[in-house]
Amino acid sequence: MGGGEMVCTSGANRNIALIDGNNFYVSCERVFNPLLWDRPVVVLSNNDGCAVARSNESKALGIKMGEPWFRLQDLAQRHGIVGLSSNYALYADMSQRMMRLLGNFSPFQEVYSIDECFLDLGVEPDATDVGQMMRREIADSLGLPVGVGIGPTKTLAKLANHVAKKRPEYSGVCNFNTMATDDLERLLAEIEVGEVWGVGPRGAEKLRAMGITSVLLLRRSDSSQMRKRFSMVMERTVQELKGVSCLSLEIVAPPRQQIQSSRSFGQAVYAQDELGEAVLTFLRRGVRRMRGQGLVAGAIHVFIQTNPFRERDPQYRQGITMPVPSPTSDELRLARIAVRGLSMIYKPGYAYHKAGVLLMELENSASRQGDLFADRQADGKSAALMDTLDAMRKRFGAEIIRMAGEGVRQRWAVRAANRTPRYTTRWAEIPTAFAC
Amino acid sequence: MKSPSVPRQIWVSVMTSPVYAGFPSPAQDEAMEQLDIEQLLVEHPSTTFFWRVEGCSMDGFGIHHGDYLVVDRAVPAADGSVVIAILNGGFVVKQLVRRRGVVVLRSAHPDYPEICVTEEQDLAIWGVVRWSVHRVPIGISR
Repeated sequence: MGGGEMVCTSGANRNIALIDGNNFYVSCERVFNPLLWDRPVVVLSNNDGCAVARSNESKALGIKMGEPWFRLQDLAQRHGIVGLSSNYALYADMSQRMMRLLGNFSPFQEVYSIDECFLDLGVEPDATDVGQMMRREIADSLGLPVGVGIGPTKTLAKLANHVAKKRPEYSGVCNFNTMATDDLERLLAEIEVGEVWGVGPRGAEKLRAMGITSVLLLRRSDSSQMRKRFSMVMERTVQELKGVSCLSLEIVAPPRQQIQSSRSFGQAVYAQDELGEAVLTFLRRGVRRMRGQGLVAGAIHVFIQTNPFRERDPQYRQGITMPVPSPTSDELRLARIAVRGLSMIYKPGYAYHKAGVLLMELENSASRQGDLFADRQADGKSAALMDTLDAMRKRFGAEIIRMAGEGVRQRWAVRAANRTPRYTTRWAEIPTAFAC
Repeated sequence: MKSPSVPRQIWVSVMTSPVYAGFPSPAQDEAMEQLDIEQLLVEHPSTTFFWRVEGCSMDGFGIHHGDYLVVDRAVPAADGSVVIAILNGGFVVKQLVRRRGVVVLRSAHPDYPEICVTEEQDLAIWGVVRWSVHRVPIGISR
């Protein structure tokens, strides 16, 4: 074994499953719209920018992940591609349902992203059957297609999942544990080394330069050598490919905190713009606190209320929890979401007395995996911007830089020209069945 | 630049309880028991969805225009179930009946004849209707 402070155990006889939704966002849309079933569909990122999810038909047309929608216009016209704005409320709700159902199959579940989770199925001899049961259950109960990969380690489970998706002969469930070593190695020889979880494009390039082009060659490499030439991460990856488990399931979520920033107003506030100013001020303070702890938020709760002690005034209190598509500590992105939340709950005609923001689903920014749907370049830029802001505020005081929206009227229009109804989270938008 | 009407007091607190949302209440520690209509209507929260009805063909089943339907996808459709079905690309609410190997979608209104589903028609069952929630008019006060 490679040694160091790494704790690894033999994965022998263990069944780690990785279950993920196929083209998850598109599949969620299809549950509520049969007209999308056999058409090429893409779901677009915030502001209708780039393709962040593609149906199989869209993939077959050669549409790449992250391709800007405006460049697809010709193709879209020719093939009738449907471009949808992201409906994160729907995806988050369907994800929660899926995770709860999958959680019934094992007490050991790690929800890894919006559309995938690991399950420890223990020494279950019929893990492949269990995988098929999961597929049936999620298809019947939610209408979502999922793929299942099973292996002795998380890294191999992830790879098996990749195989299950690429090769129809496995009917959606690929179990490395039931394969003869020869067959498994023949399969691993055919898979590009870059497909291995945690290797990354740069790592893959370096490996290829060393002649390690396939997963099999990486599995056969000397893990302590790989540690010297790369890092402990690579050593761990090689160990995991050999069937030695070095990554445990993060079942027990670390205690989640939330950061609340709210206040009562000195005098009643009526206009949405003014409420928005307050909400943004709270948000900035909350975000500052959150960044101080190295956390990112996965959801924001915004609430507003009238004064309950002024009984003769009309009373209204409302809050809304907005998912943050890829968790962030970026003040500007969070601000956009908070303002959108406010606009959903704001009702004119009330004397508002208090408002507040809760930053929720906090997690360490360092431990977050790269989000498949995040715009990496933009993230890098906004991280740099936020770091600069942090430095300036430290030096000149917290109030030195604010968002324009805190004091100046601003139209916070988010472009989502083609968003489908929030079928599962809004009474006004639930689907209609015809009795005629 | 207009300065925001900033109040003097700003409360920033960190709460470690996994309470998700809302308004800290003085009664927070009291065990609060309430009847929740969802306990009655929703047997399987993960697989239950709400729908709206348009049209009057299901009047005889107590399912009226504008009603809310509680639909469970985990319940298998049986002979006689009222279902949300996908017929020729659209969602309909009908009673599912199997008669001598033929699938029939029945309505409950004299104006709407039953539909025998032929093989070339695409039929899929989306979910089984468990409840219909009907709003009762409050009448006219004089």
